[in-house]
Amino acid sequence: MNKPDKKGKIKYRKSEVIAGYCFLAPSFLLFFTFMLIPIFMGFYISLTNYNGFKQMDFIGFKNYISMFSDGYFLVSLKNNVLYTLGTVPLTIIFALLLAVAVNTGIRGANLFKTFYFFPYITSSVAVGIIWTLLFNPKVGPINNFLRSVGMPEESLPGWLLSTTGALPAVMIVSIWKMAGYYMIIFLAGLQGINKELYEAAEVDGAGRLTKFFRITLPLLSPTTFMILILSVINSFQVFDLINIMTEGGPGRATNVLVYRIYQEGFEYMKFGYASAEAYFLFAIILVITIIQFVGEKYWVHSGD
Amino acid sequence: MKQIKKSKKDRITPGKVLLFLVLALLVVVMVVPFLWMISASFKNNNEVFLYPIRWIPDPIRIKNYYRVWTEIPFPRYYLNTLIYSVIVTFGQCATCSMAGYAFAKLRFPGRDLIFMLFLGTMMVPWHAIMIPQFMINKALGFYNHPESIIIMNLFSAFGVFLLKQFMLGIPSDLVEAARIDGCGEFRGYFKIILPLCKPGLATLIVFTFTFMWNDYLAPMIYLDNDRYKTIQLGLASFRSLYMTDYGLIMAGTVCSLIPILIIYCSAQKYLIEGIAHTGLKG
Repeated sequence: MNKPDKKGKIKYRKSEVIAGYCFLAPSFLLFFTFMLIPIFMGFYISLTNYNGFKQMDFIGFKNYISMFSDGYFLVSLKNNVLYTLGTVPLTIIFALLLAVAVNTGIRGANLFKTFYFFPYITSSVAVGIIWTLLFNPKVGPINNFLRSVGMPEESLPGWLLSTTGALPAVMIVSIWKMAGYYMIIFLAGLQGINKELYEAAEVDGAGRLTKFFRITLPLLSPTTFMILILSVINSFQVFDLINIMTEGGPGRATNVLVYRIYQEGFEYMKFGYASAEAYFLFAIILVITIIQFVGEKYWVHSGD
Repeated sequence: MKQIKKSKKDRITPGKVLLFLVLALLVVVMVVPFLWMISASFKNNNEVFLYPIRWIPDPIRIKNYYRVWTEIPFPRYYLNTLIYSVIVTFGQCATCSMAGYAFAKLRFPGRDLIFMLFLGTMMVPWHAIMIPQFMINKALGFYNHPESIIIMNLFSAFGVFLLKQFMLGIPSDLVEAARIDGCGEFRGYFKIILPLCKPGLATLIVFTFTFMWNDYLAPMIYLDNDRYKTIQLGLASFRSLYMTDYGLIMAGTVCSLIPILIIYCSAQKYLIEGIAHTGLKG
């Protein structure tokens, strides 16, 4: 390979430079057209009143201001925060327990892993359709089961048809679908823990729980932190399940950020306003990503 | 010492039995919705919700499957999605491996800057840019044509990153030696690096195909024409059309899951490795 010359400058080989740009050209062209331009264009549109027709007036930050007095938007934001608070901790705990259990090397561990992971790769459309039937309050298997264990008819949840039951129902499906994915990441983290630590702890007479809380959990914290960030980001992008299971309803009960962006943008063609909402989402995820960068440095130090 | 450990591992303790039972119960939780789907797909409408659930339908009726493939344009949705997925998958293999090669094995001004730009876009949520992306596609005349979801998916920062990392693990001496032998850059890439990248490419193929097969929102925005619709769109509209024909809907859902099941059974290893190594594709 090329080495820096005496002046410390890298000397490029001409044939390599040409080849480099040629190899990069297809992906760079696509990246430029479908990623880079949209990123800037989206922000500009969010400052206009563009509604899909010719008219496109610059209106400054008006969209952003009216967003925060738009009750519908605020409800979707509130729902999304509830969704995040409900799904993230439970998914992480569930995934961690699965990973630790699979990692014990118990007979059939690999087969268990296979089953736990499967829901993740199935489409949200298919999964949403199945669960909609399972959640049917009158005749669905879930309420049939609750009935058979003696739950009185009036206290049976209305699930997707009730304003209080719909969001929890979607949350259950999301936890069920995503746990296997985070389990895989946890398993990768668990592989990185030195086995000798456990052996040493055993010599000192440490029990299972002590080992879990004193060794596994602290040493796994960088992985847990990464999963926390990933799952929060994912929870702010939920759309498919909502669209299939509830369409944001009943009423506004399960309307979330991306669903709102979709409706404003592609149902009402308010591209300017929807772009402002989309950039708000962008900002949320940017902040979380910055937290990740800062936090990662912290974890790397404490992990030494 | 080793022997003692081994015997300790093989011994069956009450704790292990309990753990096994809990894990098995969790398998039931994860799999039951799919089993219920399969069971319902072989039933008449009035049998689907009978309680207690009759897991093995009696009699087993296959008319739902017959209807799925004949009454609605299911074969077309299937074929469309297959075509889009295959084109995008192979296209990504080409664009991503070429970019990966440039980043991993070639030196040219601006290389690291461009790589950082690519990586940076991995943090941009697609939903944040779907509106301008839509406007660009429309301006290019791709709206309501499959070109839209094919072309914009030919770039993948994830794929570039994955293959670059993979190629960094291949010794550069191999490329150098080929250069000395008068082998051009393209032949070096095509004849030497690419064959050694097979596991990395396999991971990319599995991810991309699964993503394309399952993608819902992008096809929903772009493909209004029934001729071009994908399987997920077809499934969703089919559900709203046959609202209460439960057995039929479940049969359609089963069919839509078959390619994913095949991939899962044959290439699960690559999926799991890809996630474990990058943790980024979510």
